[in-house]
Amino acid sequence: MNEKKSHGMGIGARRALAYIVLILLTFLCLFWFYVLFINSTRSHAELTKGFTPIPSTFLLTNFQNVMKGTLPIVRGMLNSLLVSVSSAALCVYFSTMTAYAVHVYDFKGKAIISTFILAVMMIPTQVTVLGFLQLVRRIGLLDSPIPLIVPAIASPVTYFYMKQYMESALPLSLIEAARIDGSGEFRTFNSVVLPLMVPAIAVQAIFTFVSSWNNYFVPSLIIQTDTKKTLPILIAQLRSADFLKFDMGQVYVTIAFSIFPVIVVYLILSKYIVGGVSVGAVKG
Amino acid sequence: MGKKSSNQNVVRYNRWGYIFLIPFIAVYVVFQLVPLVTTIYNSFFENYRSGLTQVGPNFVGLANFVKIFQQGDILKYTGNTMIMWILGFVPQIIVSLVLGAWFSDPSLRLKGQRFFKTVIYLPNLIMASAFAMLFFTLFADSGPINSILMNIGLISKPYTFMSHIWSVRVLVAFMNFLMWFGNTTILLMAGMLGIDTSLFEAAQVDGATPTQIFFRITLPLLRPILIYVMITSLIGGLQMFDVPQILTNGSGDPVRSSMTLIMYLNKHLYSKNYGMGGALSVILFIITGILSLIVFKTTAQNKD
Repeated sequence: MNEKKSHGMGIGARRALAYIVLILLTFLCLFWFYVLFINSTRSHAELTKGFTPIPSTFLLTNFQNVMKGTLPIVRGMLNSLLVSVSSAALCVYFSTMTAYAVHVYDFKGKAIISTFILAVMMIPTQVTVLGFLQLVRRIGLLDSPIPLIVPAIASPVTYFYMKQYMESALPLSLIEAARIDGSGEFRTFNSVVLPLMVPAIAVQAIFTFVSSWNNYFVPSLIIQTDTKKTLPILIAQLRSADFLKFDMGQVYVTIAFSIFPVIVVYLILSKYIVGGVSVGAVKG
Repeated sequence: MGKKSSNQNVVRYNRWGYIFLIPFIAVYVVFQLVPLVTTIYNSFFENYRSGLTQVGPNFVGLANFVKIFQQGDILKYTGNTMIMWILGFVPQIIVSLVLGAWFSDPSLRLKGQRFFKTVIYLPNLIMASAFAMLFFTLFADSGPINSILMNIGLISKPYTFMSHIWSVRVLVAFMNFLMWFGNTTILLMAGMLGIDTSLFEAAQVDGATPTQIFFRITLPLLRPILIYVMITSLIGGLQMFDVPQILTNGSGDPVRSSMTLIMYLNKHLYSKNYGMGGALSVILFIITGILSLIVFKTTAQNKD
C-alpha cells in the first residue's frame, strides 16, 4: 500500500522533510518567549553586555522593582481579569440564549433575524467605534469598564458557533420532554440546555476571554484613569515612555507578566482550544 | 414526533423565542447599530478642534470624503496596510497548506501532532500589544537579536531595524504570520480531513504522486475554505492596528511607511476630528461590507 511510484519523494524523505520544517516552525514560535524568559531573569547591567542563553538570578529583583515603579501592573492585571471574565460570562450565556431562541422556537421574522445576525458577523468594531465613543460619553460611562463588558452580550460569532453546536447536540425531543414534565421555558434553558452545552460554552468562554484580555484598541480610547487601565494599555504606556531611561530588566518582566499567564493557561487547556478552533468556523 | 399536535401550545411556547432574543437585540441595537448610524451621520459634518476653538458641527455633505481623498494619505495608508498584509499572508497560506496536507496525510503518520499543533497555535493567543513590545525590545539597536547576529559574525555593527522602511514592515508582517499561521493550518486541516478519502485512494491506485494529489484533488476541493480564509484574513488585515501601533509607538515611522488605516482612524479619534474619522469609518465599512458579502455568498454556496 505504501509503495509509491517513482515520481516525487519516497515516504521516508517526505517524513524527514516534514519533521525538519515542523521543528523549524516550532523554533520560530517559541524562540521569542525563550529570550523573554531569559532576559527577565537578568539585571540591567547584564542585559547591556549582550545576550547569553543561560538564565540569571534577578527575576525576583526585577519583579520587585516593577512593583515599586509607576506602572500599576498588578492592578492592571486585576482590571483585565474583571473585564475579561465578565465579558466571557455574559457573552457565552446570552449567545447560547440567542442561539436557543433561533434553534428551538418558530416565530415570525425568525428567518430575517438569523440572516441579519449572519450578515453583520463580519462588521469590525473599529468602523463603529466613533459612534460608540460618542454614545459612551453621552451616557456618562467614559472611563468605566462597563462599556468594555456589556457589548459582549451581542456577539454574532459566538452565537453562530453555539447555533452550529446545537444543531448537532441538542435534540428538540429533550425540550419537549422537559415541557411535559412541567418545566417552564426559562428553567428548561438554564437547567437542561446549558449543561448540555458545556463543551461549546467552555471553548467559547476561552476565546472570548482571550480576545477581551488582549483587546487594546477600544479600551485605550475609553479608559483614562491609571488605576482602571487594563494590561494592554499599560504595555502601550511602557512603549511610549522614554525607553532608554528604563531598567531593561523591568521592561522584560513587565512583558513577561502579561504574556506568561496566558501561556500557562493555554498549555493546561490546549486540548480544548485547538480542537475548538475548527469546529465553528468550517462547515461540512 | 408529533409536530403540530397542539397548535395553540406551540404558539404559546414560541412567544419565548422573542423573549430570549431581547438581550441580544437590545444590546446589539444600542452598542452596534446606533453607533454605526451616528458614525455615518458624523461623516457628513465638519466637526473638529483646531487649537482651542471648536469648528462645527456644520453639515457639509460629502466634503469630508472629497477632502480625505484629496489629502491622499488614505491611499498611502491603504497601500501600507495591504503591503504588510500580503507580506504576512502569502507565507501564511503556503505554510498552512503544506502543514495541513502533512497533518491530514494518513500515510505520513507524523508523530507528536498534538505537540506541534499546540505550539503553532500558541502565538495566536498572545496579547498582540505585548508581543509587539517584545519584538521592539528584542530588535532594538542594543537588543538581543543584534547581539546574537554580531556574535555569530553575520553583521559587524547593530542593524537599526526600527529606522528602515522594509525592516519595520517585514517585522509587522512576520508577527502577523506567526500569530495566524497556526490558526489557518487548523482550519485548512479540518477542511482536508473532510474530503472523501476514496478520492485519494482512487488517485493512488491510478498512480498519482502526493504532489499531484495535492494540486489536482485537495486544492480544488478546498477552494471554498481557501476563499473563506483569504477574505476573513483580508478583513482582519484591514483592521491591523495593535502590532504596528505599539511597535512604532503610533507614529507609523519611518516616514509613516507602516501607518495602517486603523492607526489613521485612531489619530482622528484622539484629535477629536469626528468628521474625517466618520468619513474614514464609512469607507472602511463599505470595503468590509463588500468583502463580507463575498464570504457570505461563498459559504452559502458551500452549504448547498
